[in-house]
Amino acid sequence: MNTSALIVMLSTIFLVTGMTLYFFGKVLTTPPRPEPDSYLDNDDEPDRQPAPKNR
Amino acid sequence: MSANKESWGSRMGLILAMAGNAVGLGNFLRFPVQAVQNGGGAFIIPYLVCFLVMGIPLLWIEWSMGRFGGKSGHHSTPFIVDTMGKSRLWKYIGVFGIWTNIAVASYYCYLESWTMSYVFHSVIGTFSGLDQEGVSNFFNEYVSLGISTLGIPYEPIFFFVLCLLLNTWILSQGLASGVERVAKIGMPLLILFGAFLAYKGFTITAGENGAINDSSVGLNFLWTPNFDQLWSPSVWLAAAGQIFFTLSVGMGTVQCYASYVRSKDDIALNAMSAGWMNEFVEVVLGGAILIPISIGYLGIDRVTELVQHGGLGLAFRTMPYLFYQWGDVLGAVAGVMWFGLLFFAGITSSLAMGTPWIGFLQDEFNWKRKPAAWSFGIFVLVLGMPTVLFFEYGVFDEYDYWAGTVSLVVFALFESILFAWIFGMNKGWREIISGSDIKVPGIYRFIIKFVTPLLLLWVFLGSLFTPKGGDWAAAFSGSWELDDSSIIKKIMNSGLKEQLAAATDAAQIEHLQDTMFFVNASRILLLLVWLGLALLVYMAYKKRVREGRI
Repeated sequence: MNTSALIVMLSTIFLVTGMTLYFFGKVLTTPPRPEPDSYLDNDDEPDRQPAPKNR
Repeated sequence: MSANKESWGSRMGLILAMAGNAVGLGNFLRFPVQAVQNGGGAFIIPYLVCFLVMGIPLLWIEWSMGRFGGKSGHHSTPFIVDTMGKSRLWKYIGVFGIWTNIAVASYYCYLESWTMSYVFHSVIGTFSGLDQEGVSNFFNEYVSLGISTLGIPYEPIFFFVLCLLLNTWILSQGLASGVERVAKIGMPLLILFGAFLAYKGFTITAGENGAINDSSVGLNFLWTPNFDQLWSPSVWLAAAGQIFFTLSVGMGTVQCYASYVRSKDDIALNAMSAGWMNEFVEVVLGGAILIPISIGYLGIDRVTELVQHGGLGLAFRTMPYLFYQWGDVLGAVAGVMWFGLLFFAGITSSLAMGTPWIGFLQDEFNWKRKPAAWSFGIFVLVLGMPTVLFFEYGVFDEYDYWAGTVSLVVFALFESILFAWIFGMNKGWREIISGSDIKVPGIYRFIIKFVTPLLLLWVFLGSLFTPKGGDWAAAFSGSWELDDSSIIKKIMNSGLKEQLAAATDAAQIEHLQDTMFFVNASRILLLLVWLGLALLVYMAYKKRVREGRI
């Protein structure tokens, strides 16, 4: 490949792949919010239930 | 009360569904062709700039509009936009968010059914032993409802109905059990298939398996920057247009999916994850398959000629033949992967197109999910049949132009003005950053308020008054002759009339006259559907007033 094409292609691929991985990593490492949240699958996890209100 | 009590299963499922909504056939077929036609590697600069100043802002606008509407129990755009603006007319602008989806689904499901059929034909080896002309003729026969190779009468209609039944059944299963489950299976498989084909695209060697060029020739063709083109408004217009189609913004699907997110949950990071995933599929995978493989086997001149007719022809008329250059087994495997990848790209988008209509019926007329989903299937079947039966008369292209192109720009322009200027940037900004898991750069407050609406206005006006041959320099110097592709000339059927005036062959004249009839009939049909939907929105509004909900 010629140099200019290689530079444009590689920089684009690295930028786009890097940003995709960064944001996915961020989603995976961000702790979920306590219930009730928008998602059904984690509704029954005991450690994610809202704290009981003080009387 | 709304019968709509649905939720997403997981955050990752929502992101994959939203990415699946954005990733469509255009990622693999439209992007590389646009890049080649608009300066090769230099196209990526306006493309990424448009993604940053138009794509990302529109994603945030639509996600936050959806979540905002969802708080009041609205899951389709008519009443989402109604809650944001004081004028009662806004809900009729919101009709575009249902109409576009139904009209696009009508031809998109047909396209999707081709991929389903071609997967099947790849498995049974239909393309094995055919030369390039044979593969091309197979496609021509297929879309003209010609001889069925499987012995099934009207094979394209069979696959269209099958595809529609599959879509409808998945939609009837609900968000978490239907749409999200398909996205969780489809998106990883799409990336896997794409990675395999991209690997093949990167490793073609001249002289092996009939290849006439190394991969580098195709990659050079696609990525070598032509910086002269960078100053052409046509290139910027093409880049902005591509960002639209690729992100599925201006359709109403993003708002619908986001309306099931609670107000305390993040949308800013979700939008970025789904948006960048779409870019990865488009730029990294989409850029490595179609052009490098076709140039490897056909050469630059032939491919340059083929891309003038768009990516669709390359995908269906050429690729099956090229795959068989790798041998019967690998040819069949690559065929399954290529058309399987396109099928997953298609179905994750067509499912998204069903959800606004279903949400509307659930919210406004208390329909249950299943009948609402089946009503979508029937609606799309009736509206889609003309695209199947009269494909050769331009019905498919007409739907694509008005619903899949013009409507997106019009609706996005209205929603960006509504969000930034009528709902107000202060409230809008609060909606975007509320519950956010990332820090949204403050510059976007300015971009959303000024840059995005202006850019959208420019895209709209540029499409309305496209100068002849895209020659903006000549247009600005005083001779602004409209191109046949401009919206105005399109409405006047100028291109068709010119062809008709130049035609001498009786059969060709008859075909063009029929085309003119079907083109006009398609427009009337689409207009009637829009008016019908607007009437439903009016009835829903009256019902709300009666019930004291407004």
